[in-house]
Amino acid sequence: MDVLALARWQFAIVTVYHWLFVPLTLGLGLAIALMETQYVRSGDVKYKTMVKFWGKLFLVNFAIGVATGLFQEFQFGMNWSEYSRFVGDIFGAPLAIEALLAFFMESTFLGIWIFGWDKVSKKVHLLSIWMVVIGSNLSAFWILVANSFMQHPVGYELANGRAEMVDFLALPTNSYLWNQYPHVFFDGVATAAFFIIAISIYQLKKNKNQEVFKTSLKFGVAFGLVGTLFVGLVGHSQAQMIIEQQPMKMAAAEALWETENPASMSLFTIGDEEKMEDVFAIKIPAALSFLAYNKFEGEIKGIKDIQKEYEKTYGPGNYVPPVAVSYWSFRIMAGIGTAMLGILLLAWWVAFKNNFEIPPLVYKILFFSIGMPYLANSAGWIFTEVGRQPWTVFGVYRIENSVSIATTAGEVWFSMIGFTLIYAALVFPTVYLWKKFANAGTDGLEIHESIKSEN
Amino acid sequence: MDLNTLWFVLITVLFVGFFFFEGFDFGVGILLPFLGKDDKSRRVIINTIGPHWDGNEVWLLTAGGAIFAAFPHWYATMFSGFYIALFLLVASLVVRAVAFEYRSKSEDPRWRNLWDWCIFVGSFVSALLWGVALANLIRGVPIDGTMTYTGTFFTLLNPYALVGGLATLSMFTLHGAIFLTLKTTDDILETSRATARKLWLPTTIILLLFVAYSYVETDMFVALGINPGSIPIIAMLAILSVGTLLKAKKEGWAFVMTGITIAFSTIIVFSGLFPRVMVSTTNPEWSLTIYNASSSQYTLGIMSIVAAIFVPLVLLYQGWSYWVFKKRISKNSELEY
Ligand code: HDD
Ligand code: HEM
Ligand code: HEM
Repeated sequence: MDVLALARWQFAIVTVYHWLFVPLTLGLGLAIALMETQYVRSGDVKYKTMVKFWGKLFLVNFAIGVATGLFQEFQFGMNWSEYSRFVGDIFGAPLAIEALLAFFMESTFLGIWIFGWDKVSKKVHLLSIWMVVIGSNLSAFWILVANSFMQHPVGYELANGRAEMVDFLALPTNSYLWNQYPHVFFDGVATAAFFIIAISIYQLKKNKNQEVFKTSLKFGVAFGLVGTLFVGLVGHSQAQMIIEQQPMKMAAAEALWETENPASMSLFTIGDEEKMEDVFAIKIPAALSFLAYNKFEGEIKGIKDIQKEYEKTYGPGNYVPPVAVSYWSFRIMAGIGTAMLGILLLAWWVAFKNNFEIPPLVYKILFFSIGMPYLANSAGWIFTEVGRQPWTVFGVYRIENSVSIATTAGEVWFSMIGFTLIYAALVFPTVYLWKKFANAGTDGLEIHESIKSEN
Repeated sequence: MDLNTLWFVLITVLFVGFFFFEGFDFGVGILLPFLGKDDKSRRVIINTIGPHWDGNEVWLLTAGGAIFAAFPHWYATMFSGFYIALFLLVASLVVRAVAFEYRSKSEDPRWRNLWDWCIFVGSFVSALLWGVALANLIRGVPIDGTMTYTGTFFTLLNPYALVGGLATLSMFTLHGAIFLTLKTTDDILETSRATARKLWLPTTIILLLFVAYSYVETDMFVALGINPGSIPIIAMLAILSVGTLLKAKKEGWAFVMTGITIAFSTIIVFSGLFPRVMVSTTNPEWSLTIYNASSSQYTLGIMSIVAAIFVPLVLLYQGWSYWVFKKRISKNSELEY
């Protein structure tokens, strides 16, 4: 493999890995802040127990989120130095702002939250978890400012052989961002909800501390309904926007080879990427036009026509992203999103019935659905990024120009294998701790209190 | 002062912050296996930096982001050139970060032992690599006319850089030992005291050796002129005074002095570089400077406004968090976790 291919694999591996932890940090942090707010308002220790229990799981996740984030900050320079030279003028700013605004805030206030239970007042303690939540959302926001620039470049002009910033405010007001950030925010909420639901019913089945986990389950269901509904709604408006801004990405997502009016939506397609035609397909007539324009007509451009158009605009080349990857990753995400709504209805029924006799099948579904948001998350990013190929900055800068010159394939192999091994090794202690805490339930917290009183 | 110079100064400030703060938590990590004789005392030692180490590390992330935003060519050349060194640095920071958080979450002695070693190795390797990186920055590395690094990993492993590595390693360890004397009680306090006293002389010798070596290996002294001004002299006096202060049990002052040594040495390194940001040994003309490596004036202006608002704010709440946890930690304290 050449340096380019290796660098891409490395980016995909470390970023998807980082992203396994990020949504839970975003969502569970918010959940805990809400629980602690309830505790401070009502004084009910049940909520404090909830905060402590979910807080433990949150901290394990946060630690590994931070650890895997470190390399993210470095890898643009290490593997993508030419890209960094080209866009540094405009792309470096959001990264620096993210660190200054968000990372300091997250880490400092989390320190106070963890170690400050008996050192600061209840209200200040509550304030610190809210600062952590604000910090992680600012972090998400500013890194997505950077990513949105790559998807839909704004506020720049080409000068001195690079992209230079001419309008800073265009960056945080990028239309692309205002779909992407809410999608990521609600995705975090949904991810946390499924996490809470699965672990709560596990504890309920063991008949432990019913009160705490009944409340948690109800909370999870409400949280999940909000998150999942909105992730879908925002996703819908995101798709409409992408049809305008990156038509090739949506055409690939639908395996739409020819321009159609009204355009049909694919339910299931097996296509031939070489010949650009369907081998087998089930389609709903006019549905895609409806999704795009809210009416049953309207033209959607197909891959072949967009390719011709791009050749005219950008010169000869292949502008078709990997269609199968785009098509399936989009379907996995949206399919799982729909299934998640169904599962939430099931969880609702369990949460609000009078007893907690959970039928074994229902239990299994609810428990194992903890993995669903994770699949959707990875699929979502793979779709977003693969669908943008061959561009690094859409319409402006290509992937093959982005990679480092000074770096050798041997070096990239070295760091890729290194990180893959370290990250793989970190899975074991992380899962071990999650299992341990989830299993211990609130018992762990009582043991914890008694260790304290020994002193 | 033009914006390019302002940003060079700001990045220097970020590194001063990073070396000052993360410096002592590297030191604490390195000393952990030596001063923590039993599980409880290791927990106490880790708790002295528990609420702070992540915030301290963000100084580095911010410095990295600031280099990217203000001097993209510096970011690109250095990070792609120092590839393997940076991989090792990040890998040790990753392992260390996880270790701090996971260590006390299970009672199994093997588990704790494993993570304690990760903390030690992670802190040790990072503390060493920083000196190697700084020494190479001022000594210069092969860079061609397209701002591309043309050396290999082994180019970075020259004797001068290794002495630089020892200098940061020993300096951070001493800084950490003194920090522990301020944050602990009883037997841990006593052993920290003894350790700080033992470390002082070798650290001072290594630092002086590094200074002398720099005289031979770099053009820093030419850059600074015959009369280097007061900063190097203060840095030197500060480290010399630490020995006496430690004997007199004035650890608070000793900590201020190691802090001054670290801060002023960082300033010396960066002013030796100025106005270059990376020195080319292939051809001095090909060095990266604060002008040919920088972002546009517009970007620098915007970032200056952002920094002017948020850097003071960050200092304020970080300062507050140190104040919240100002008490010494003993084995009888409530150790969260
Ligand atoms: C939308 C959200 C999002 C996205 C797309 C990314 N991250 Fe991330 N990152 C976070 C959201 C986040 C977070 C929620 O703020 C984290 C996750 C867990 C945590 O502790 O903070 C975090 C941690 C984190 C850290 C550690 C911060 C610390 O020490 O406290 C760094 C350096 C990065 N990230 C850098 C990056 C870079 C350079 C990315 C792009 C390639 C990236 N992240 C993608
Ligand atoms: C955490 C969420 C993210 C995930 C899961 C993700 C995923 C991916 C994947 C899978 C690729 C490889 C695509 C391919 O090689 O075909 C990629 C490429 C890339 N992404 Fe993202 N990405 C994320 C966020 C970001 C952000 C926030 C940025 C910028 C700030 C970014 C910048 C890039 C760059 C520079 C590449 C170039 C490598 C390439 O295209 O192969 N990504 N990403
Ligand atoms: C059911 C309806 C859903 C629709 C219509 C939808 C739509 C979309 C679209 C169009 C994108 C691409 C945005 C781009 O290219 O920038 C996207 C990205 C993404 N989706 Fe979804 N989505 C849905 C559900 C979900 C669910 C349930 C999750 C996770 C729990 C999820 C997680 C993500 C993530 C992480 C990304 C990448 C970040 C981004 O670009 O916003 N999505 N989604």
